[in-house]
Amino acid sequence: MATLTIDAYQLRKTYGARTAVRDLTLQVARGEAFGFLGPNGAGKSTSIKMLLGLVKPTGGSALLLGKPVGTREVRARIGFLPEHFRFYDWLSASELILFHGRLSGLTEDVLRHKIPQLLERVGLGAQHNKPIRSFSKGMMQRVGLAQAIVNDPEILFLDEPTSGLDPAGRKLVREVIAEQRSRGATVFLNSHLLGEVEQSCDRVAFIRDGRIVRMCEMGGWQSNETEVAIKVARMNSTAMERLQEFTQDLRLEGQVLRLRATQEEHLPEVIRCLVENGVDVFSVIPQRVTLEDLFLQMMGPDPGL
Amino acid sequence: MTGNAIDVHAAASAPEQVIAEPPAIRLGRGPGAWRTTLLMARVTFLEAARRKILWIAGLAGVAFLAFFWTALHFVLKHERAQAAPVSVREGLVMMTMMVLYAGSMMTSLMAVLTSCETVSGEIASGTIHAIATKPVERWCLVLGKWIGFVAMLTLYVSLIEGGTIGLSWLVGGYLPHHALAVLSLVWLQAIVLLGVTMAASTCFSSLTSGAVSLGLYGLAFVGGWIEQFGSFQHMKALVDLGILSSLIMPSDALWRRAAFKFQPPILGSVGVSPFSSTLVPSNAMVVYAALYALVALLLAQFLFSRRDL
Repeated sequence: MATLTIDAYQLRKTYGARTAVRDLTLQVARGEAFGFLGPNGAGKSTSIKMLLGLVKPTGGSALLLGKPVGTREVRARIGFLPEHFRFYDWLSASELILFHGRLSGLTEDVLRHKIPQLLERVGLGAQHNKPIRSFSKGMMQRVGLAQAIVNDPEILFLDEPTSGLDPAGRKLVREVIAEQRSRGATVFLNSHLLGEVEQSCDRVAFIRDGRIVRMCEMGGWQSNETEVAIKVARMNSTAMERLQEFTQDLRLEGQVLRLRATQEEHLPEVIRCLVENGVDVFSVIPQRVTLEDLFLQMMGPDPGL
Repeated sequence: MTGNAIDVHAAASAPEQVIAEPPAIRLGRGPGAWRTTLLMARVTFLEAARRKILWIAGLAGVAFLAFFWTALHFVLKHERAQAAPVSVREGLVMMTMMVLYAGSMMTSLMAVLTSCETVSGEIASGTIHAIATKPVERWCLVLGKWIGFVAMLTLYVSLIEGGTIGLSWLVGGYLPHHALAVLSLVWLQAIVLLGVTMAASTCFSSLTSGAVSLGLYGLAFVGGWIEQFGSFQHMKALVDLGILSSLIMPSDALWRRAAFKFQPPILGSVGVSPFSSTLVPSNAMVVYAALYALVALLLAQFLFSRRDL
């Protein structure tokens, strides 16, 4: 196993009679992009706060970079973009990064060179002198991302980093995540935008009622069987009977024929069979279980508020 | 899916190649206590300036002094025409005392209102999250904020109370022997309230923190009157009650000590008023107040260091 950067064992947090996190046990390897998913109130934010040392666990233990969470030595090596990215809005973007850079222990000399590059990287080069209070939500998130990576962190915690961003901003976040990973940093990503997680992460964990209920590699939930949706016209009973030779799992929904083939190699034969039996085929779309499908399947129906 | 089973394993894909440690800038353990404190002090003071608190308060202070100067001018003009020199000086001292008293109340309110949101507001908004995850000690963040506010309040006391004493001297020719002591006592009054407000702000919401401090200030105010009335009527129980209120919150005791230091003894010995010195708090009470302010600061640091954010 590669070097672990996050190693949490049975972390638990209770507030009086309420248990926010029952059992957080997870390990994340160096250079990994790890998605942390769960419905509202599942314990995601509390879990991240425990890993960052903002909240003291009631029980369990956790190491970041081999050291206990919350120590200054660890905090010097991590970056964090909070979910509610509120900053001193009377500072300019440059001043804010300078402030956070100084708090990280960087000297003004280093920061003088680094700040323009960072702001340019997050697309705020032209706005470096503008006060943050004049920024849109997306711009605030960009400047938040810049402060999170100012110290070249070894672990980058991103809590809902794309919630206020437009498509270009979301692409930027994906690129930054890829850049951080390419320099060996670990990325711990909490997001409700499952498409973003799917594109960025190697592995995901699902948390529900304060407990991790499943951890898997990205796409590891996909079945070996191939499900396709075929748009057809002039479907007939002969064709349906012939298709039974390839699969029993098929159904016609209007003009869409859905079938699950046990082997991908059967698909050309399926199409040939349809055409030979006088069926018009307009499109063949492979169906895959998305992260969102898996999420909804795991978390069950929305319990409401 | 297998119910609630925990599937703990590292990624199969990522760890196959050994990933080197990222070439992070070696930051050691962060900026150090003193540097963190100075950074926070600077940013707190800058906030007061950028959010125009400092300038508005300064302008209001200048208006306050201009009003006092105008009133002083008319009073002196009137009294010099009619009264004896001793009476003129009494009138001048009395009027200056009233303005100093108003100034001390303004300073106290300034201490409470500007600081009640500083910790609780940042916790509520989440601003503190990006700061407290940096390699800094939390007690340094509180100390830095405290120093920033102390700097602001020092300027404010210098302007309001220093300006009042200065005008009294320049226009009326009266300069008390203990002008610096008067300023220091009013300043300490504000620092006591600042510490209490910041300590409350680590536990309660901004509004509650302000209410706690102003409630204690009101208690001390009433306690001061009770103590003086008890002294005037020779009722020990009332005096003891007043002393107890000063121990709970020494702000009014500091003002009464300042009033005693400012005025000639003959003026302070008559009647029961915020300016009378029938029962003057001792130097021990001043030392107690200084320790009180220090303990309040330490409590704020301790509570903030221990709490969940």
